[in-house]
Amino acid sequence: MNSDCIVIMGSNMAEAHPVGFQWVMEAKGRGARVIHIDPRFTRTSAVADTYVPIRAGSDIAFLGGVIRYVLDNDLDFREYVAAYTNASFLVSEDFADTEDLDGLFSGYDPRTGAYERDSWYYEGTEPPRDDDGSRAKTFSEPFQAGASGAGVAGAHLAERDPTLQHPRCVFQVLKRHFARYTPEMVERVCGTPQEQFLDVCRAWTTNSNRDRTTALVYSVGWTQHSVGAQYIRAGAILQLLLGNIGRPGGGVFALRGHASIQGSTDIPTLFNLLPGYLAMPNVAHTDLDAWMADQRTGGHKGYGYDVDAYMVSLLKEYFGDAATPENDFGFDWLPRIDGDHGTYRTVMDMIDGKVSGYFVLGQNPAVGSAHGRLQRLGMANLDWLVVRDLNEIETATFWRDSPEIETGEIVPERCRTEVFLMPAASHVEKEGTFTQTQRMLQWRTKAVEPSGDRRSELWFAYHLGRLVRERLAGSTRERDQPMLNLAWDYATEGGHDGTGEWVEPSADDVLRRINGYDLTTGDLLPDYLGLKADGSTSCGCWIYSGVYAEGVNQAARRKSHTEQGPYDAEWGWTWPMNRRVLYNRASADPEGRPWSERKKLVWWDADEGAWTGYDIPDFPRNTPPGHRPPEDATGPEALSGDDPFIMQPDGKAWLFAPHGLLDGPLPTHYEPHESPVRNPLYGQQGNPTRKVYGRPDNPSNPAPPEAGSEVFPYVLTAARLTEHHTAGGMSRQLPYLSELQPALFVEVSPELARERGLTHLGDAHVVTSRSAVQARVVVTDRMAPLRIDGRVVHQVWLPYHFGHTGLVSGDVVNDLFGVVEDSNVFIQESKVATCDVRPGPRPRGPALRALLDEVRAAAGITVETGTRIATAPGVAHTEEGS
Amino acid sequence: MPEAEFRSYYGRPVLKAPVWEWKIAAYLFCGGLAAGASVVAAGADLTGRPALRRSSRLGSLGGLLASLYFLVSDLGRPARFHHMLRVLKPTSPMSVGTWILSAFGAGAGAAAVAEVVPRRWRGTWPARLLGRLARPLGVSAAATAPGVASYTAVLLSHTAVPGWNEVRDELPFVFVGSAAASGGGFGMLCAPVAEAGPARVFAAVGAAGEIVAARVMEHRLGLVGEVYREGHVGRLRKASEALTAAGLAGTLLVAHRSRAGAAASGIALLAGSALQRFGVFEAGVASTKDPKYVVVPQRERVDARTAPS
Amino acid sequence: MNRLYGPLDDVAGDAGHVEHPPRVGFFTDTSVCIGCKACEVACKEWNAVPEDGLDLLGMSFDNTGMLGADSWRHVAFVEQPRRTAHQDPAFAGLPTGPSGIPETAGAVEPRLEAAPRGGSELGTNPLPPGGPEPQELGMPGFSRPGDLTGPESRTDFRWLMASDVCKHCTHAGCLDVCPTGALFRTEFGTVVVQQDLCNGCGYCVSGCPYGVIDRRQHDGRANKCTLCYDRLGDGLEPACAKACPTDSIQFGELDELRERADRRLAQLHDLGVSEARLYGRDPDDGVGGDGAFFLLLDEPEVYGLPPDPHVPTRDAPSMWKRAGQAAAAFLLAGAAAFLAGGRR
Repeated sequence: MNSDCIVIMGSNMAEAHPVGFQWVMEAKGRGARVIHIDPRFTRTSAVADTYVPIRAGSDIAFLGGVIRYVLDNDLDFREYVAAYTNASFLVSEDFADTEDLDGLFSGYDPRTGAYERDSWYYEGTEPPRDDDGSRAKTFSEPFQAGASGAGVAGAHLAERDPTLQHPRCVFQVLKRHFARYTPEMVERVCGTPQEQFLDVCRAWTTNSNRDRTTALVYSVGWTQHSVGAQYIRAGAILQLLLGNIGRPGGGVFALRGHASIQGSTDIPTLFNLLPGYLAMPNVAHTDLDAWMADQRTGGHKGYGYDVDAYMVSLLKEYFGDAATPENDFGFDWLPRIDGDHGTYRTVMDMIDGKVSGYFVLGQNPAVGSAHGRLQRLGMANLDWLVVRDLNEIETATFWRDSPEIETGEIVPERCRTEVFLMPAASHVEKEGTFTQTQRMLQWRTKAVEPSGDRRSELWFAYHLGRLVRERLAGSTRERDQPMLNLAWDYATEGGHDGTGEWVEPSADDVLRRINGYDLTTGDLLPDYLGLKADGSTSCGCWIYSGVYAEGVNQAARRKSHTEQGPYDAEWGWTWPMNRRVLYNRASADPEGRPWSERKKLVWWDADEGAWTGYDIPDFPRNTPPGHRPPEDATGPEALSGDDPFIMQPDGKAWLFAPHGLLDGPLPTHYEPHESPVRNPLYGQQGNPTRKVYGRPDNPSNPAPPEAGSEVFPYVLTAARLTEHHTAGGMSRQLPYLSELQPALFVEVSPELARERGLTHLGDAHVVTSRSAVQARVVVTDRMAPLRIDGRVVHQVWLPYHFGHTGLVSGDVVNDLFGVVEDSNVFIQESKVATCDVRPGPRPRGPALRALLDEVRAAAGITVETGTRIATAPGVAHTEEGS
Repeated sequence: MPEAEFRSYYGRPVLKAPVWEWKIAAYLFCGGLAAGASVVAAGADLTGRPALRRSSRLGSLGGLLASLYFLVSDLGRPARFHHMLRVLKPTSPMSVGTWILSAFGAGAGAAAVAEVVPRRWRGTWPARLLGRLARPLGVSAAATAPGVASYTAVLLSHTAVPGWNEVRDELPFVFVGSAAASGGGFGMLCAPVAEAGPARVFAAVGAAGEIVAARVMEHRLGLVGEVYREGHVGRLRKASEALTAAGLAGTLLVAHRSRAGAAASGIALLAGSALQRFGVFEAGVASTKDPKYVVVPQRERVDARTAPS
Repeated sequence: MNRLYGPLDDVAGDAGHVEHPPRVGFFTDTSVCIGCKACEVACKEWNAVPEDGLDLLGMSFDNTGMLGADSWRHVAFVEQPRRTAHQDPAFAGLPTGPSGIPETAGAVEPRLEAAPRGGSELGTNPLPPGGPEPQELGMPGFSRPGDLTGPESRTDFRWLMASDVCKHCTHAGCLDVCPTGALFRTEFGTVVVQQDLCNGCGYCVSGCPYGVIDRRQHDGRANKCTLCYDRLGDGLEPACAKACPTDSIQFGELDELRERADRRLAQLHDLGVSEARLYGRDPDDGVGGDGAFFLLLDEPEVYGLPPDPHVPTRDAPSMWKRAGQAAAAFLLAGAAAFLAGGRR
């Protein structure tokens, strides 16, 4: 709303986030320019001022081009960059850039397909003791850096050149790295005509300065790539260079996929994280101290240093009185990571017979996860499967109606998996909080009692735990102690029948326990600053501490915007500490004065000796702008008065990431795993660290320099429609939504329709090496061909909502995608692949498998296809079959 | 004629096609027949033509009952037909028509019932009363018959349907002509030649009027005239005109001397009248299915208004 | 003041409401519509309007097709090879060929024509399954959205979306012709069907110059937007306006909405969007102005709206006059026939 320009990229915000999009329209009404950069002209483009076409999977090239434009023309917000980012830090002499190594950074180990990152560090800092890139690539370690920041020992001691002229300072490294991302190169790689690209550059830079700010919005169009994490890095670098972080109307907005997905990463359902982005211990962490040492890697500053208080308070919440200083607060009872336990690896392990049971809660992997066939074959090889959902979704019925029944790959009579379908209460049938995209918790009350056997997730988890604990009662086996020592004593609110053992646990009590208590007084904590590492506090999620401050459910606040200040601080509650704009110290200059009157947010009040403003300052309240800490200070005390990025070990925002990423300290354009073109920038074709799984059940379409890519000449991308909910479990069962988008369709340009003989509303099938999916053809001017590196490239798009149950049905689009992941966070590349499109219905039953055999043969696809992930000259690495 | 240039939403109709089925066309015809027959009946009564009177009274009632059947059965909720009688609404031709039909129905019904009182009941006082009232009631029906014959034209024209609305000036004449032709034709069909003289005149005047009015109507229509001329409707209306013209010729040339000729002419006139109603009805329906009949004339109007003078 | 057509300051008062709230309505600003169809869903949820056909219509993202008995809100989607003033050319510089819009329209039209009511039942009935096989028809006979410009290589593009609704006319054709009094003018100046009175005569269907109201299958009664009469009574705004995320649908007192619309129009004209226009705002139009009016970015017919509708009642006096003349002629002919024939 406060933005002067809004760039939406990798996101179809109007369609996938229509409610949040009202603020974009509000800003537009106030004069903001809205730019939408996307492979398709969508409903977002329809109301944008500027639509800019781009090839799916080439965003880093585009953003790199904008970065180069900014640096080449000295359009960066120099004071901001010099003071608040690591632009002035010197990088190790050993560092070599992709410019030098044809697409690789220094430290690539062809044996492991991972980087040794020693050479990426700042001059004058120590690399961590044990920086094993390949282990990190197995454990998804970068994901764990969320809470404490990526550790860099002695980062605040790094050598700096405030003039930004030193050839090895980050600023100059950045300049060299992006030097080749010229408008001509952007056009070659992305297909975006130079004039449109330069128009975006001009709009972005003229709207980024002391008086003006630009917001950057992305969604899963950025994340779901084999270089996904680096897409976001590129956006963040740009926003930092332009001084758009921590300021009103600026920022990088990660729009979450659906309701409370933010909440489910804050209090995660991920194998490698504990609540509040604390790292899940791994097998090397023999005790709490060992874990702590890894988190603190060398005495850094900022709030991340206090992880001991966060972790101990979490353990106190988990285990209650059983957690004592003597037993390391029960640290030993936490599971340990000993390998890749990401969702896709787990599914392959199911196929390989290594997994016996599977809980699927509020998810529909048979439709919604990449490579649906793999998902279904995995689930068909379990002992038991629990599905909790509002409806009988495909994940619960795969054993009798999946496409594999037709092909004979799953035989209902012989499918060994016992499926338990547990009806779930909907959001109006239970109470609790949603955490939305803005990190805001909003409490909602129960509107109606759940009907029939429907129950809340809370009820399910609570009683599952209760029953398991009852079953294990009295056991002395070590493996049973974590369950037996859990403080499983939540308040209850009477059952659905009012009494008895099937009581409903109190969501209010759970929220209180997430907020945390001072165990010495029994009082609810006011915020996370009060957390202690001595076991005297408990807290279920440190970043949420304060949501129940003063005994008031802050998330339930609903004060009208007409009765409060511009940032609506009394509506719901935003973590951390109800701050609306993270790192808002950066909205003031190094001396603590607002950069401009128009973009005023927080500032230093010398009379009060405190930070103040419209938002809650995201900085130690009484640390003055000129404060310089003693050298031996740690944690928050070590922050200088001009270190706005209080979670970073050096207090600065990272243009260059010396640690924390496995695929490079800077974003680099790599082609998607499946691409119709050779990387025009480097000999290295794709992300050299991406996780590929070369298996017969997970074939890849060939990409240059491999032969055979012409069999799949088109770029395939998939996304959502406003009218449906992700995998359709919440929409294809509803007549009012189903009628709005009643059939699976494939969008093609008129040019492609003419090329392939496709007729509007006729049938076609989209073919990859994994599957063929039938869809109705929608010929639309909204799709347009691009010219990539001299040749015309067509893109096709399908919505992925359809499956085989419900009022409307269709083939599973995710069957088209294979499993290949980014190495940092294990996100799958499901936003881009290659495909062919053929007119008419697809073959059915065994004939479908025959067709796939045929196209695989035509393209020369083997298990090795796509596994040669290092392609830079002189470096070869082939991932082993897994 | 060059195709009209116009813009539309995927060629989708702007208006809703009428929900009315063929029954409404049948209702139009039967109502007209009832009206025409009642005039003939009253005239026959007053001029001493008992056979013509009797058949026309019965024909009038038959037409009325059939038209009511068609009307009611075309309702979405036939059991609620009496809701029509809740109000009298001058802006609703259907409401006005309902009351006209009610007034007409009382007279036409009573007069017809008087014709069919069984011999053994004729001495009873109600029957005698009815016998005495038959004439004034029959005349009252004849007095309301012009309303019955003409209101249906307003009923159709008082809609947004281009094919009906744009013929609003001529349609009443087409319909009364058609009613007269059918009423007279019915008399010719059922009554002896000797008694049917006035019916022949009435039929002939009606048929002639119908043909002329219909020709004028088609001639004056702009773009929407297409729906009257082309396709299925065009064939219906050509057949209607041919039958009516043949009936007219027969009426003038043979009906006064041949019972069979009179009957044939009467049938031709009845058929011509029926096809006229179906034709007009279908023309209106067709005019809603193609957006051009809505868009083109309206666009021309707007452009004429906004054009710099 | 003429009560059959033309401007009418106090519609509710004219209908007999003595003390009544101000007239309310919708201003739908289609320039900010994002086509999310929340209005359609919210309307159906609140008013328990049944689902009406799981058809892929091929009309861009419009699978509702038209207002009807079972669609009281309808979002139209129009793809055009042109751009709005403030927008940049979307596909300039790309290796594009001619627009595919004529082909898609050519594939849709035969399906509509094959439907029993010419496609005007969209929103009531599913299309016949399958329909005729889509064919490559070449250039169609009539000009459709965008046909008026035809560059060989398409560069400009825009996608219009507009949420249509019952207009709640000042002079409502449906209300005027209703013979049972089921349709009535509420104290808010809106037009509502009383379901307990409607006998399904269908006259309103043909009385509406916008093709809005229709008879519901399996129910037999006429149905259309009530402007959430029940919600208005409780001081709530209609469900569609409540659900609209971008305030494309604005609910309020009609006088105030008209002022707001005038300001918005002026703002868009200042931005160079000269094609912006208000539709149904003018009390001097053929229906005396709409209670629900629109800001459009192209001619109304492009959205499926009639360009210059009028209430049939406007011509009621002249129609009855002609009917009277015809009736007189009829009577005269009858009388003359018998007078000429004499007594027997």
